[in-house]
Amino acid sequence: MPNTKTTVPFAGTKEQEAQLLEIIAAHKGQAGASMPVLQAAQSLYGYLPEEVQVMIAEELDIPLSEIYGIVSFYSQFTLNPKGKINIAVCMGTACYVRGAGDILDDIAKHTCCQSGSITDDRTVSLEATRCIGACGLAPVLTINDDVYGKLDRGEIEPVIDTYLEKEKGNRA
Amino acid sequence: MATVKVKINNIEVECPSTATVLEAAKLIGIEIPTLCYLKEINAIGACRVCVVEVKGARSLVAACVYPVNDGMEVFTNTQKVRDARRMTLELILSNHRKDCLTCLRNQNCELQKLCIDHGVDRVRFADDNLEPQIECSTAHLVRDNSKCVLCRRCVAVCKKNQDVAVIGANDRGFATHIGSPFERNLGEMACVSCGQCIIVCPTAALTEVDDTAKVYDALADPSKTVVVATAPAVRVALGECFGMPIGTNVEGKMVAALRRLGFDSVFDVDTAADFTVMEEGTELIGRLNSGENLPIITSCSPGWVRYCEQYYPEFIPNLSTCKSPQQMFGALMKVYYAKKLNIDPRDLYVVTIMPCTAKKYEILKPHQQAVDGVFDVDAVLTTRELGRMISNAGLLFKELPDEDFDPAFGISTGAGYIFGTSGGVMEAALRTVVEKLTGEVLDKVDFEEVRGVAGIKEAAYDIAGKQVRVAVVSGLTNTRQLLDDIKAGKVSYDAVEVMACPGGCVNGGGQPIQSGFTQNFNDLRAIRGSALYQGELDTRPLRKAHENPIVQELYRDVIGEPGGKNAHHWLHTKAEARPKYPGLASEQ
Repeated sequence: MPNTKTTVPFAGTKEQEAQLLEIIAAHKGQAGASMPVLQAAQSLYGYLPEEVQVMIAEELDIPLSEIYGIVSFYSQFTLNPKGKINIAVCMGTACYVRGAGDILDDIAKHTCCQSGSITDDRTVSLEATRCIGACGLAPVLTINDDVYGKLDRGEIEPVIDTYLEKEKGNRA
Repeated sequence: MATVKVKINNIEVECPSTATVLEAAKLIGIEIPTLCYLKEINAIGACRVCVVEVKGARSLVAACVYPVNDGMEVFTNTQKVRDARRMTLELILSNHRKDCLTCLRNQNCELQKLCIDHGVDRVRFADDNLEPQIECSTAHLVRDNSKCVLCRRCVAVCKKNQDVAVIGANDRGFATHIGSPFERNLGEMACVSCGQCIIVCPTAALTEVDDTAKVYDALADPSKTVVVATAPAVRVALGECFGMPIGTNVEGKMVAALRRLGFDSVFDVDTAADFTVMEEGTELIGRLNSGENLPIITSCSPGWVRYCEQYYPEFIPNLSTCKSPQQMFGALMKVYYAKKLNIDPRDLYVVTIMPCTAKKYEILKPHQQAVDGVFDVDAVLTTRELGRMISNAGLLFKELPDEDFDPAFGISTGAGYIFGTSGGVMEAALRTVVEKLTGEVLDKVDFEEVRGVAGIKEAAYDIAGKQVRVAVVSGLTNTRQLLDDIKAGKVSYDAVEVMACPGGCVNGGGQPIQSGFTQNFNDLRAIRGSALYQGELDTRPLRKAHENPIVQELYRDVIGEPGGKNAHHWLHTKAEARPKYPGLASEQ
């Protein structure tokens, strides 16, 4: 699944950096330290931008190419932060054969957000996920914590619009 | 050493207990095919081309990583093995852009050879619509992932030998590809341009930037005088392009070939290396006297200089300020030879033949212009590119006569000659420095302690009552270890020679490509290096740089004192710190 490079500028704080250094210090010297450090870093920042990966690479003395290789290998890691509206389209077998691929493409077009990325204003992020275990609802997707199933093409766009309206209202 | 007895294809073989099945089979004359395996560098058993049957084993095993044990029975040529290898090759081909006829590695491709050897006579699963995936963002390297077999040899040498690790395997499954972090171009990474990845690539996924067209254009331009000079290590490797044994010294034929290609003068970078000895030796003596910026570290290897600038900028003051022999050659051509010919330096086109890909990058660096606004060197061709030009011209290389370099800049001593192998620069410098410091003639000019293929070599010499401690290192991982030890105060030296490529220039990234199998069972560094030491004895009666008549004449008539004003202007340069993560926003 494509995990595209983020376009969102890095906004990490000094506090986060101090916490990250603590995490790294706790694992330094251990064999296989990169996995737990990356997992902890992702929960700290919400994603793994280049700046964070460079810090980890430098502190653990592991080449950045290796760190990035791990991050791009495992689907649990993301290079993009989650937007205020995070849309996750299930790409499990059942959903896929019932047209989840088309729905994903439709949403990407509708929100101007490529799968695996986030809009520049950080409002919408879109991801293709593995089976979320709701095959009876195929094709299924989640928007933040809400589940929408048995979708036909064209049905989800108005729903997304209500989230966008609400988000606009919050900002105003 | 403990040994075990194993049976391979019913033939008993006694081999070291630490051997792999691959190594045991070689002992009885069986080549088990490999594609990803590189001894001590890339032993990952990933490509599955080397599979064999082992009696009692559940499935086929990878011979490159499977250790022998006593009483083991191995079969390397059963129907099951042949079928498995052929299927693996077919699957690799299914995702490989097969433009073999027009491919740079045609007839020198490990995948092609495997397909021939294994009778892969059709392609059942072809994707015929693969587009080239060209990445060419540096002066030295072209990557085309449509020909990559994901053997990961390039990734392994970049990290394990060179400590640079600017490439890795990105993404997963079918999307897996070799690239740089965040899909950056290599030009945005702290790559050192050493080209070690190219000489281990089994296919044409990695090739040098081809500059032959530029050189052909210059040769065809009547307004240009085109001079060429060859680096020391080229003459002991070029013959490999024409099927000659590794380590054949083809100096005379190489000169003849260059002359027949139409170069106006054929010169030797060895001569420039003699100038480098004079400058660097003078610099070393100056620093020994003042005690400043010790150890002095050599600056001939542009891969190393770039590594220093990017990864160890704190050692920049230790770097010799000397240009490399290539750049000294170019500088002397532009300031001196152009004047001698009474032509504009812009009309003197300087080509060098190098065992090196970083040299293509070096000519574009700042502070490499002895004549303002004019590059010291106009084009760099690797040994491989020269090999192709010779083939293009229809020259029967093996039948060429042996010719001599043009005397105007073609006389060199044994000092410059041995620059091409790890330890050569140090030895050449010592021959001159000892004589300068003691004021006496040095009888024994062989400094055996700094020779050989060891990654780090050390020696100490008493010179004029003073102890001079030297270290010679090659390969950037070894270099990192040495620099870290110096920083930690564990070791201390007065002079350090660093070559980016393991074994020095003889094993440079621009040298002819030998298959993984050949590399696994032959030490190219040692064979080509010995050829240089032997060539010195056979062909260079003068063995100390300061005895070179051209060196003596030019210092007397043109340059002045070594380390003097002109020398500094023409023959010295300066290094500058560069970011380790050039692509990162915060570094920009």
